Amino acid sequence: MDPRRPPRTVSDPKVRQVGFVTPAAAPSAAPSSPPAGELPISANSLSPVMIPPPRHGPSDGLPSRPSAPVAVPNPTSVLRRDSLQINVGSYHTSEVVVGTPPMTSPSSRVDDAGSELSDETSMSPWYGRTGPAKAASSFPGGSGEMMIIKASSSGGGGSGTTPKSPLTTASVVKTLPGISEKEREALMGMKNDGAGAPKKQKEKTTKAERRALQEAQRAAKAAAKEAAAAGSAVPANTKQGKMVTPLQKKDGPQVAAPSVPSEKKVVDRPIEKDRKKDVPPPRMQFDDMHSVKKAKRRAIVNQLEAKNRVELFRHLPQYVHGTLLPDLESKFFQLDAVHPSVYKVGLHYLSGNISGGNARCIAMLVAFREAIKDYSTPSEKALVRDLTAKISSYVSFLIECRPLSISMGVAIKFLKNRIAKLPHSMSESEAKSSLQSDIDHFINEKIVIADKVIVRHAFTKIRDGDVLLTYGLSSVVEMILVYAHEMGKEFRVVIVDSRPKLEGKILLRRLVSKGLNCTYTHINATSYIMHEVTRVFLGAASVLSNGTVYSRVGTACVAMVANAFRVPVLICCEAYKFHERVQLDSICSNELGDPDVILKFPGQIDLNHLDNWADNENLQLLNLNYDATPSDYVSMIITDYGKLPPTSVPVIVREFSRANLWL
Amino acid sequence: MARMDFEVVVLAGGASRSLSPLVSQEVPKALLPVANRPVLSYVLELLEAGNLKDLIVVVEGEDAALLVGGWISGAYVDRLHVEVASVPEGVGTAGALRAVASYLTANDVLIISGDLVTDVPPGAVAATHRKHGAAVTALLCPAPVSGPSDSGTSGGKEKAKKPVRCNIVGLDPTRQYLLHMATGAEVDKDIRVQKSILRAVGQMEIRADLMDAHMYAFKRTVLQDILEQKDKFHSIRQDILPYLIRTQMNSEVSDNGLVNSESRSDRLSSQSDLRWLSHHREIAPSSFQETYSSSVKLPPDARKTHKCCAYIANESKYCARLNSIQAFSDINRDVIGEASHLSGYSFSAQNNIIHSSAELGSKTTVGPQCMLAEGSKLGDKCSVKRSVIGRHCRIGSNVKIANSVVMNHVTIEDGCSIQGSVICSNVQLQERVVLKDCQVAAQYVVTTGSEHKSESLARK
Repeated sequence: MDPRRPPRTVSDPKVRQVGFVTPAAAPSAAPSSPPAGELPISANSLSPVMIPPPRHGPSDGLPSRPSAPVAVPNPTSVLRRDSLQINVGSYHTSEVVVGTPPMTSPSSRVDDAGSELSDETSMSPWYGRTGPAKAASSFPGGSGEMMIIKASSSGGGGSGTTPKSPLTTASVVKTLPGISEKEREALMGMKNDGAGAPKKQKEKTTKAERRALQEAQRAAKAAAKEAAAAGSAVPANTKQGKMVTPLQKKDGPQVAAPSVPSEKKVVDRPIEKDRKKDVPPPRMQFDDMHSVKKAKRRAIVNQLEAKNRVELFRHLPQYVHGTLLPDLESKFFQLDAVHPSVYKVGLHYLSGNISGGNARCIAMLVAFREAIKDYSTPSEKALVRDLTAKISSYVSFLIECRPLSISMGVAIKFLKNRIAKLPHSMSESEAKSSLQSDIDHFINEKIVIADKVIVRHAFTKIRDGDVLLTYGLSSVVEMILVYAHEMGKEFRVVIVDSRPKLEGKILLRRLVSKGLNCTYTHINATSYIMHEVTRVFLGAASVLSNGTVYSRVGTACVAMVANAFRVPVLICCEAYKFHERVQLDSICSNELGDPDVILKFPGQIDLNHLDNWADNENLQLLNLNYDATPSDYVSMIITDYGKLPPTSVPVIVREFSRANLWL
Repeated sequence: MARMDFEVVVLAGGASRSLSPLVSQEVPKALLPVANRPVLSYVLELLEAGNLKDLIVVVEGEDAALLVGGWISGAYVDRLHVEVASVPEGVGTAGALRAVASYLTANDVLIISGDLVTDVPPGAVAATHRKHGAAVTALLCPAPVSGPSDSGTSGGKEKAKKPVRCNIVGLDPTRQYLLHMATGAEVDKDIRVQKSILRAVGQMEIRADLMDAHMYAFKRTVLQDILEQKDKFHSIRQDILPYLIRTQMNSEVSDNGLVNSESRSDRLSSQSDLRWLSHHREIAPSSFQETYSSSVKLPPDARKTHKCCAYIANESKYCARLNSIQAFSDINRDVIGEASHLSGYSFSAQNNIIHSSAELGSKTTVGPQCMLAEGSKLGDKCSVKRSVIGRHCRIGSNVKIANSVVMNHVTIEDGCSIQGSVICSNVQLQERVVLKDCQVAAQYVVTTGSEHKSESLARK
C-alpha cells in the first residue's frame, strides 16, 4: 500500500501528473462511464440519501478526508492547483491505507456516490470529485478483485516477495482511470470557476510523458524482479526508501501499479483477439450475385447453381448436384494443391459416403494428418505460415465439396491453433510429428473417449422396461443402445426414420443384428408411437449456446412431439460440437441437400412423376439437411462433461473453448 | 512424388496380328494413323490434357520401340516426359507390365492401352479408384456400334452389323463394383458367378452392352504381387482382372502394405465383414468408431477383401479401341465425324478438313466429314465422301472414294472406285481398280482393272 502512494505526494508536479494521467489515457472506460451517465440524470433530482459532504476549500478537504494518511509525508506542500490531483490521490491512499473500506463497503458507497453526484455539479469540484472517485473505486469492484487475483498470480512470477499491500493498491490503480475521467468532468465544471489550467496542463503532460513513464515502468519492473530475487527482507527497506526519495517513490508505484495493468493487458489482449477471431466472417449469401461471382472465380470445382430454388433459402448454396462429382473426378490430376487423401475425403463428402458430424470430422482430420506427414516446407518459407495456408486451401476445397459441419470447424480451428503455437525452434520433423500426435489426441479425446463417457452417462438414464425412441442415425445413440443392451438392460427401441436418406435403416439393421428389440417407423407416425415411449435419445450436429440443438432435419419435430407427450428428450452430443453461436431458426444457417433425391424413389418407376423437374419453373424443391430444435423441447443434454440442462450450454462452451486452447 | 500418387503406363503394343495387313515392321500398331495422326497420340494427348506428363510407354519389339520412341521424342519433345520401354514380342500385357513393374513406386498405377481413342478423362477413373480405395478400377464404356453407322451415300449400309466382341459384365445394383467379367470368347460358355460374391451383394446386374476400355487403375502393391506370384498370367484382361474379381471376397493379395498407408475407409473395407458390399454406400456415420479404433488392432480372423470397381463412362463420351480392322475404319470415320473434337483439327464450314496445300481438280467434290491432308492432289471429277486421305497422295481423275482410309503417298490412278477400304502407305492403284471392303498392305500394287471385294491384299 505504501509504495503506491508516494507519487501522489511527490511535489514535482510532472511526475505526479503522469502517474495519474496515464491510466486515464489508457482508461478502462467501462468503470468510468456509468457514473458519467448517471451524472446528468441525478443532477436534476435530489437524492434522498444525503451524506453531509465536507464542503471545504480544496486545501481543507485534504486533511478532512484522509482519516489516517499515514503515508502522506507532505500533502500540503503541493501547489494549489496541483492539489487537485494530490487530493484525489490522497483520498485514495487514505482509503487504501485504512485498508478494508474500499473493498468491504463499495456498494454503500456507490449509493453515496450517486447521491453525492446529484448535487455535485453545483458544488465545488472537490466534492464532486470525491463522489465519482468513490463510485469509480466501487464500480469495478468485481474487476478490482479480479485484478487482485491476477496480481497475486503474477506475483508468483514477478514479485513474489511483495506482500499484500501492493495487491490492494492494484485495485486502486484500477479505479484511478475512473477518477481521472471524473476529474475531467469535474474540471469541466471547474473551468467555470476559472481553474481550467490544471486540466490543460494535465492533458499535455499525458502525451508528453507517457513514453518516459513507460520506460520507467520497464525499469521498475526489472528492479522489482531483482528485488524479488534478492529476498523478502529487502522490500521493507525499499518501501521505506520509496517513501522518502521521490525517485524511488516513482519506482514504487510502478512496481506495484503499472505492472498490474500491463499484466492485465497481457491477459486481456489475447482474449480480445480470440473474440475477434471467434466472430465468424460473414457467411456468404448466395443470393448476392456479386459475391457469388467472386467465389466462383476462385472455386476449384465447377459449381453449377441450381435454377429453381425456394425463395426463403436463396442465401444458401445449391448446385445442380449431378454436375459436381463428374467435374471433380475429371479434374483429378489437375488439382495439384490438394493432397490425395484430402481429395479423397472431399470425394466422399460429395458422394455422401461419409456423413455425420463425427465421421466427417474424423475423416478430415485423418486426411490432414496424412497431408502433414507428406508435407515438407518449401525453402524460404516458414512452416507455421505455409502449413496454415495449405490447410486453409484444403479446407476451402472441402467446403466446395460440402459445407463444413460445425464439428469440422472446431477441428480446423484446433489444428490451426496448434500450428500457430508451434515453437519456432522446433525442427520440421518434430513439428510434423507433434501435429500428427495432436490430431490423434483430438480424435481420441474429443470424440472417441467423449463418446465413451457419454455412453456411461446416458446409461444411467436407461431403466428396465424403457421404450427408447431415436431418430435417424446417431453414432452416439447407437453406442448407448448397444452398450445398454450389453449391460443387460431390458428395453425396446423405436427407430423413427425419414426420407430421403433413410439412415434409420442402417441403425435398425445393426441393432437388430445385435439382438435388440426394435420398432421401425417413419416420422409421420411419430405422434402415434410416442404414446408408448418413455425416453427420447437424439443425436446432434451441434448444440448452440442458447440451448438450441442443431441437428438432422426432423429432430425438432420429434422433440416437439415428445415434449407434447411429456416424454423427456435427451440430446447426446460431444462437447467439442458445442458452439457459441446463437441461432433462433433453421433458416439463416442451414444446408441444402440434393433436391432430386426427394423426388426419386429407387425401384419404383411408377412414382417418378416429376422427372426433369429442374426445367419446370413452377416447381421448387426443398431438401433441407438440418433444423434447429428450441431448447424448450430439450430436457437434458448429455455430454462428456456430464448431464446438463440446455441452459448450461454456455458454460460448457466457455470452459471447453478454453480447455481446447490449452489442449 | 507422382501426381496425386499415380503413375501412368501406356501399353502401346507391337505388331498386332489382328491388324495384320495394316501394321508392319515400319508401322507398328501404335503409329497407325487415325485421321493422319498416330493412334498413340490420342492417348498421349488425353493424358496431357489430364495433366499427366510423366509416362511410361511400353512397346513390344525392339524395332517398334525405336520407332515409337523416335516419334514421341519428335512430337512431344517439350510437352511430356516419356520413358519408352521395349519388351519382347508376345509377352502379353501382363508380361509388359512385369517388365516395368519394378520401376513403379507410386501408390496407384494407371494403365492405358495405347490403342484407346477416347475423351473420357483418366482422372475420372483415377478418382473413382481412389474414392473406393479399390484394388482395381476398370473403365467400362458403352460398346460402340460397329460398321458404318450412317447411311450417307455409301452402299456399305447393307453390311451386317457385327457386334464387337462384347464383354459380359456383372455389376452391383449401384453400378460401382465389378462382380463379374467375361470376355467375348467365353461368352458362349456358361457364365460362372462366384457364389460368395452373389451372396454378399444379393443382386447382380449383368450387362452385355459394356466394353472394357482397357484403362485400369491398379493398386501398385496388388499389381506387383500378382505379377510376381502368378507368372503364368499373360494378359491383364484375361487373367489379372478376372482373377482379382474372382477373389475379391477372399483376397489372396497381401493388403498389409496398404492398410497403413491408406485412410480410414479402406481400413474399414479391408477388415469389415461380408456385408460391406451390400451397404458400402453408407460408410455409415457410426462405423467410424469401429474403423478408427479397430484400425490399430485388426481382427486376425477377418476375411480379407478387396474392391474391384468400375467407372462407367457417360453415354455421351466417345470411347473406342483400335483393335481390329473394322475398328480402325470406324474410328477413322468417327474421329472426323461425330467425335470430331478428338481429332484436334478445326473443321471448315463444309464440315471437312482440306489442307491448304491440297490441290483439287475441277468438278471434284469433297463431302462433309472428310479429311484431305497436305500435299495431296486430286484430279478432275473426283468424289470423296467420309474418307481420310493422307499426305502427298496423288489421285487421278474420276476417282470415287467413300468410307475409306487412304494413308500417305498413295497413288490412285484414273477411274478407281474405293469403298470401305483401307489403303496403306505407298500403295499404287492402277487404273480402274474397284475395291470394296479391302485392306491393301503397304507398297502393294493393284494391277489395272482388278476388282476385289472383302479381301486383304498383301505381298506374300
